[in-house]
Order: sequence, then structure tokens, then C-alpha cells
Amino acid sequence: MEKQIALQLKNICKYFPGKVIANKNVNLTLYKGEILSLLGENGSGKTTLMNMISGIYFPDEGQIFINGEEAVIRSPKDAYKYKIGMIHQHFKLVDVFTAAENIVLGVKGERYKLKEVNTRVREIAERYGFDIDPKKRIHEMSVSEKQTVEIIKVLYRGADILILDEPTAVLTPQEIEKLFAVLRKMREAGKSIIIITHKLNEVMEISDRVSILRKGEYIGTVETAKTNPKELTEMMVGKKTDLKIERVKTDFDKPLLEIRNLCVNSDEGSLAIDDASFYIRGGEILGIAGIAGCGQKELCEAIAGLRPIKSGLIMHKGENIIGLPPKKIIEKGVSMSFIPEDRLGMGLAPSFSITDNMMLKTYAEGKGPFVDRKSARERANALIKKLEIITPSSETPVRRLSGGNVQKVLVGREIEAGPNVIITAYPVRGLDINTSYVIYDILNEQKKKGTGILFIGEDLDVMLALCDKIMVICHGRIMGIVHAEKTTKEDLGLMMTGALNLTEEKKDKNYGIAKDSNLTEEEWKIEGEKQAEKEKTNG
Amino acid sequence: MVEAKKIKEPLFHITKRAPMPIWKTILIRASAVLIAILLSSVIIILITGQNPFSIFASMFHGAFGDAATQNKAGVADTRRRLLQEMAILLSIALAVTPAFKMKFWNIGAQGQVLMGALLSAIVARDLGVSLETTDLGSAVNLILMLLAGAFGGALWAVIPAIFKAKWNTNETLFTLMMNYIVICLIGVVRKIWEPNNDSIIIANGHFPDLFGQKYVGILLFAIALTAFMFFYLKKSKHGYEISLVGESVNSAKYAGISVAKITIRTLIFSGAICGIVGAMLVGSIDHNISTTLDRGYGFTAILVSWLAKFNPLFMILTSFLVVFFLKGGAQLADDFGKYGVTNSFGDIIIGIIFFFIIGCEFFIAYSIKFHKKKKAGN
Repeated sequence: MEKQIALQLKNICKYFPGKVIANKNVNLTLYKGEILSLLGENGSGKTTLMNMISGIYFPDEGQIFINGEEAVIRSPKDAYKYKIGMIHQHFKLVDVFTAAENIVLGVKGERYKLKEVNTRVREIAERYGFDIDPKKRIHEMSVSEKQTVEIIKVLYRGADILILDEPTAVLTPQEIEKLFAVLRKMREAGKSIIIITHKLNEVMEISDRVSILRKGEYIGTVETAKTNPKELTEMMVGKKTDLKIERVKTDFDKPLLEIRNLCVNSDEGSLAIDDASFYIRGGEILGIAGIAGCGQKELCEAIAGLRPIKSGLIMHKGENIIGLPPKKIIEKGVSMSFIPEDRLGMGLAPSFSITDNMMLKTYAEGKGPFVDRKSARERANALIKKLEIITPSSETPVRRLSGGNVQKVLVGREIEAGPNVIITAYPVRGLDINTSYVIYDILNEQKKKGTGILFIGEDLDVMLALCDKIMVICHGRIMGIVHAEKTTKEDLGLMMTGALNLTEEKKDKNYGIAKDSNLTEEEWKIEGEKQAEKEKTNG
Repeated sequence: MVEAKKIKEPLFHITKRAPMPIWKTILIRASAVLIAILLSSVIIILITGQNPFSIFASMFHGAFGDAATQNKAGVADTRRRLLQEMAILLSIALAVTPAFKMKFWNIGAQGQVLMGALLSAIVARDLGVSLETTDLGSAVNLILMLLAGAFGGALWAVIPAIFKAKWNTNETLFTLMMNYIVICLIGVVRKIWEPNNDSIIIANGHFPDLFGQKYVGILLFAIALTAFMFFYLKKSKHGYEISLVGESVNSAKYAGISVAKITIRTLIFSGAICGIVGAMLVGSIDHNISTTLDRGYGFTAILVSWLAKFNPLFMILTSFLVVFFLKGGAQLADDFGKYGVTNSFGDIIIGIIFFFIIGCEFFIAYSIKFHKKKKAGN
């Protein structure tokens, strides 16, 4: 029997301001009664693509066909009309409303027939095997319960095509099992499901077919039964390309930053970093590889003092820096530059000029009530010259600069302050090759000076060429710390998606603990107790 | 296969646009004002049947005086009032600006002005009598009034700021509610002073007239404050912190700034200025305390500040614009009352003009892409 096509995308393109290509000529086919996985690295355009199907964005080019007919989806309301529902990564629920109230929110008239609504919600829940109490309020719910509400919300409106954006990222393994059971029941009921996930084992387990995107482009679709994680990883990350990035040889110093048993919560309250132990030496670049949302952001913020930690120790030159205000941590020489998806979120003020951004951390220096804009301008101009930043002047707001030049401003400023630890996330995201090399050169120069560098990257080729060691995180857990010279891209890919865990094999080896630590084991114990005491008194 | 159906392609979609050159933004804003004036003219003709030029002339006379119907002193008086009201409005607008730049939506300027006014009125009336027996005493009384005003305004602003900083409460609701508390407090105090609801005149604590005019004091204050606020926001470390918190709380934290501290400090400052304006209203202009002492400027000031995009120098222009329309609208009702034009008619015209001024910002930030008709077939 020929399968019926539920949804078809033809040559979909989407561009963002500043000549950013989010999607280019994407073709995708979804059959009735199947689960399709959408796989791709960070920034490969998966979410943008799904947002176009669910009416949040409108494609710049291309067509969408639903049940064989061309459809125009202008708003989420239109999407519902075509029986498409999306479950977003960040839940869109009203905290003080009950589950049922959230489910009917925006459906005309039904707000006042809550009794009937409750019955229907229970029916849906029973049919697919959800656990839900329609009268429970959202703020009393766990993450997985909230997700259930989101899914039922979509089903209640009669969706036949469901899109789930990384539904498993916030769930525990048991909850994931439960979710998958529900998804299978939906498939049996003839629903079509697109699931975005980075975890290959989940892809293999749940989906019928897998479509892969890379850098906004459609790479291909394979049947899950006829593929394996290795092939998928290759399609996702691409063939290894030889990059001529120099790995500078240095003598590694003592550990600068030592982190032991660190646990950090995410904004949603789930565990973002789970029992991480590692260290960075002076004159070393430690790469951190992981899929978006694996906990890198939370890790960076915890080290920089911007996010409270749950437990564990962060030692800078043998001194505990947990609980210190960010300013003190900056003064100790720990610099963080984190470039989130929107680039300007942390570390730069978008409508400030380059000059004003230069003095972000130093504006308070000097006597008197006024800021010293003159010297900041000199520094800005020096930076513009040194890093060849393309800008009309030092007084141009940084949001007007192109991505590469924004990065140069940020990285340049951080390095100018002469830090001894640099944490840098995605410093070359969106940059062209030449600019990227400028950034690598800057990092290598710092490395030569004995600075410890934590490099959070996305391009594995780059990390393999630039970093001394690479630590892989999946779902908040360290999967392994490997020498860049001795590992392969495939191994990294497998670790990123949780299919390979080196720490389990070498459990006895005290993974991530430096032999020449700044502290003796005895001192570590004392510090640990002190920290535990502090946590207790802080509640 | 289904027959080729007509596809409902949307007519347009909206996308964010790259920044445009300044001359273009000025052109857009200017044409917005022009369209607004044209549209109001059409409405004037349709509703009143009057010549729109005579309507605009009437508004002009309301603001600047009319030599044809008024004597010289009358014209001078109209213009003096224009300056006085402008100075009051401008001062309050400047006062609320630091909080707005921080994206702290303080809509409690009314309450802060009134609280400052109330406390300074109490000082003037209850302490003033005993203090004003000597010259020195009088001076002390005036200083105490200003201090009481600043304290009252700061107090009324810092309470919501502390709640926002510590528990992230909604400052908009909070500051709004604080307004009503003061209004009730003033009612209580008035009742205590004049149990029979007689009119209240505060005989003590009058600020000296400058150049023989009572409005010159507040005018000088407004000018000095404009200059001060300009430098404070643009050049000072405090100003830098305020902008940074408003721009990105994350970046502020990253720079090691305590957002709570900045919030509280800025609101104390902002409220204190409102309170001083309140004290000056009591001591130098109205010599009275009432719930309408602030003339509704606590809210109008928000408009003035926003229209000027929080730039103190532009606020001179926007406060003038607003006062011009207020005065002009009142005159309109006087002149054309017999044709059924009421005070609200002026408001309608003001509304139209502001709608266009604010609405044109959309076209500066976004562009509308029209879809070309697709050829048949795919």
C-alpha cells in the first residue's frame, strides 16, 4: 500500500537580516502515521524550519503542501486550521491557570464549559496513555507534566501533525520512556509526528525515518531501520575537512581552574550540569563539545559567578570562587565571553557604541563621577585597527556591525583585560573563514602567554585542530575528556549524542581530576565541607 | 489530482529592516506629522464645518496669546503661563526619564509629586508659622520644604523599587497604586486642616519671586535640570549603569553590576526630583495642596519623555508640543463652543497627531514586503 503524504515542503528558504541564511532549499516529506526525526547540529536551522510550519515565521521562498494541497500558513491559528500543532522547547503556558484552562486558552467559547473540557481532556489522556489532572495548576507541575499539557493542548485542537522541538531535553530517562510510549500510540492512531532531537539513541529508538539538516541545508532522509548512528553522525557533521589551524605547542602549567563534582540547575529547575569534574591548565585550550542545551551555557555562567551552583567546587588557583560576586571573579582574572544564539545577549550591550562596550567592565575605574570615554575611545580605535574591525567609526552601535565584527569586539575586549582564564563560547559562530582565523590566532597568542582557555565550539573540525583536549558533554553529563590528537570526529559525535560514554569505562581512574592539583586531597575534603556548610546556612 | 485551486497567497508579510540613515527617519517622522495635520483638517471640516485654518489659528492663540482680542498684559500673561506649564511638565518628564531608561516603568510620578507636595505643605503650614519670625528662619523653612519634598517623592518611588529589586514585583501596577494612596492622604490632611472643606491657602513658606515673577524659579530649575540630566545620563558612571541595566540585564550582571542597587538608587533620585517639583508647586506657584495640584502631568510627563526618546534636550521640544496642544485645545473650546466644539475636540486632534508620530516608528523598524503575483502553475 502506498503511504499517504501528510506534509511536504518544497524548496523552503528563510533569510534573516544581515544576510543570515537560516534555511536554504529544504525539502521534507512526512507520511501519515509515521515518526520522523529531524537531526542537525546547533544552528542547522531545524527550529526555524519547524517555526515556518507552525506559522511563527513565514518562508521567504518555497511551498508547503498539506495532504497534497498547497497551504499558506500565516499564523499559529492557520497552522491549527491545517491541523498542525507544535510543542515548543520553552513551554508557553500560563502559570496560574489549571491544565484544562491552558488547554482551551484561545479556543473560542470553551473557556466557560470547563466541565466538558475536563472530560474531553481525560478522554484524550486515556486514549494515548497520559497521566494528567486537568484541574491542577501549572505552577504546581513538574517539567514533564507541563510538557504533557502542551501535547494535550495540541491534540485537543485536533492536530494531526505534531511537531516536538527537543522534547526529551528536559526529561529524565523514565519520563522519556513514557513520552515515547505515548508517541507510539499516537502513531498507531494515524498521527504524523516530527521530533527534533540530538540524541542518536533516541532517534534510533523512536523514529521511522530521519531527515538531516546541516548549516541550513537539507542533506537527506534515511530509513531508521537501514542506518546506524555512525552514518547519521557523518551526515550531521559532514566529512572531516583538513583545516590548517595551528596547534601551538606550549608547556602546560599547573591547573588554573579545577572543578569537582559540580551540579548546576537550569532555569527550568532541572539539572543542567550533573556531577562534572575537570580542570584547565595554563597554556592549554580545553574544548567543550556538546549539542545545544547540553549544559555548556549553565557551566559557563556558573564559573563566571552568574548562576548559583547546586553543589560541588570551583577552585581558581586553589581558591574557592563559588559564591563570589561576578566582579570579584573578574578581578581574579577569569574572563567569560559567551555568545548565545542571538549573539548580543550577554557580554555586549547592542545599542551601545563600540567605545561604550569597551568600558563595560572598566567604566567604574578612575576618579570622579564621569566615565572616561576618551581613553575607552582610544582603546576602541586601537582594537579596530589591530583586529581589522569593519565599522564606520568607534561610535557605531555594535548591533549594526556584522556578526564577525561583533565577535572581534567581544573577544578583543576580553583579551585586552589580560585574563588568566578565558571562557569563550562559539567565538567564531557565523564568521567567515578569514575572520575565524584571526580569532584562532588571538586565542593561540593567549595560550602562549600561559592563559587557560575553555573553548566551547560547534565545529568539530576546528576543535580537533585547535584544542589540546576536548571534553564532551551530553545531557549535562561529561561523556569523556580526550586528547584532540588521539580522537576521531566520529567518537566525538557519538559522545555528543550519548551513544558513547568513556567515563563509564574508566570509572576507577578518577576521571577529570588533576594529579598535580593545587590542593592535597585532604584540603579538597576540607574545602568541600566548608562549601557544604555554606550551602546549608544559605538554605 | 485535484484541479489547480486558487491559492490564497498573503498580500504581504512583515520583516524587521536593517537600520536606515537618519535623514530617512526624519523624513518619515516629518511626513507622519504632515499626514496627521491633513487628516485632522479633514475631520475638522467634516464634523464642525469650520475652516481648519481658523481652528489651528485658535489653538495658536490659546498658546501664545492673541494681540487682536487681548491687551498687551493679557498676551504676556498667556505666554508666561505657557512657559510655566512647560517648565513644570519638563521637570517631571526629566525626573521620570532615568527610570525609563532603565526600563523601569514608573507611572507613579503623580504620586511622587503629590507626596513631595504634601510633605512640604505640612512643613510650610505647621513649622512655617513659628520659623518665619526671622529671615534666617524663613530660609530654613524653605530649605526644609525642599528637603521634605525630596524625601516624600523619594520615599514613594523607592518602595516599589525595593519590591521590584527583591521580589521582582510588577512596578507598573505598584507605582500606579501608590498614586491613589497619596490622593487619599491628601484628602485626609485637607479634612484635618479645614473640617468644613473651606479652601486651603498656605500662607507660609512662599518661595521668593525672581525677577518679579513666581514662575521664573521653576523655569530656572527646569533649565538647570535639563542640562544636568543630559550630562548625568550621557557622561556619568551612574548614567552608564542605568543605560546598561536598561539595555541588557544579563550584560549588566556580566559587568559585575548589582541590578538591585542601581534600581533602588535610580528610583530614589527620580522620585526625589518629582518631590522637589511638588514642593515648588506648593511653595512658589499654587500655595495650596490638592489632589489635582500636579495637573495630570505625572502621566503626561511619560508621554513627553517617550516622545523625546529619553533625550533631555528633545524633551524641551516635546514638552512644548504637549503644552501647546493642551492650551490650544482649551482655547478651541472657548472660541468654537457655540459650534459644539468642546475641550475634547482638542484632545481628538492631539490624539491623531500623537498616533501618527508614534505609529510611524513601526515603519522605521519594519518593512512590509508585498508578494508578487505568482504565475499560474508551479
